[in-house]
Amino acid sequence: MVDVLQYVAGIAMLLGGGFALTAAIGLIRLPDLYTRMHAASKAGAMATGLMFLSIAVVAFDGSVILRAAIGFVFVLLTTPVSAHLLARASFLTGYRPADITKPIELDAKDIE
Amino acid sequence: MIFVLAALVLALMWAAVTGAFTFGNLVLGGAVGVIALLLMRERIVRPTLFVKFGKAFSLAGLFLFELSRSAVTVALLVLSPDLSKRLKPAIIAFPLRVRTDAEITLLANLITLTPGTLSVDVSNDRRVLYVHALSVPDRDKLIADIAGGFEAKIMEVFE
Repeated sequence: MVDVLQYVAGIAMLLGGGFALTAAIGLIRLPDLYTRMHAASKAGAMATGLMFLSIAVVAFDGSVILRAAIGFVFVLLTTPVSAHLLARASFLTGYRPADITKPIELDAKDIE
Repeated sequence: MIFVLAALVLALMWAAVTGAFTFGNLVLGGAVGVIALLLMRERIVRPTLFVKFGKAFSLAGLFLFELSRSAVTVALLVLSPDLSKRLKPAIIAFPLRVRTDAEITLLANLITLTPGTLSVDVSNDRRVLYVHALSVPDRDKLIADIAGGFEAKIMEVFE
């Protein structure tokens, strides 16, 4: 039984690492800040969640599991906020989305 | 009443996070919780979420499912060799039906963590949410998806 849990934890950790890696690759390959925030926020949150899951499974202890769960909730609450703030700040300071972005139904004066 | 309940929950969370369920630690957690609650007492609203556990649960389930789907979609997109061809980003004006700050915040956060969409900002009059999307073949379908999915669920939970 313990062995199975170890394997589950290992797989979760590897998957988490994989998502973190794709988030990093996305940051390099995507064309502008707005598309990059997609990679950073989604794959990043998923990676953190899987790693917390791995820690919880390996420790198999009530207080650690609860702390991992709370940590994951905090990541879910803060990641979108930081992504949103970065996107908003970039738009307001005049950083245009990449040329392939269309339509753009947002005008800086609507959100000032 | 809500205040006392919130202080109790905070004391329990404090004990859980610090990892010691001793009497002194619980009292300390309660004290910190009460101070925190006093600081934000103006902003405490009726926790309607507690009443609708079932609906809130179904929203959380939908969210976790969509987050996994989203992470896989973005990962596959990022790793695909013909990235620039599959990328069709757009910034869409999404007409909001939800009205309160809490609902808009929740919807904006959920949108950011789900497939191909990211909230950029809310308009000044709070009637439009500007959403950046990674690949938009059909603008109207995207709006219909959000309105029928998360927004509908949020309205059920908060109504």
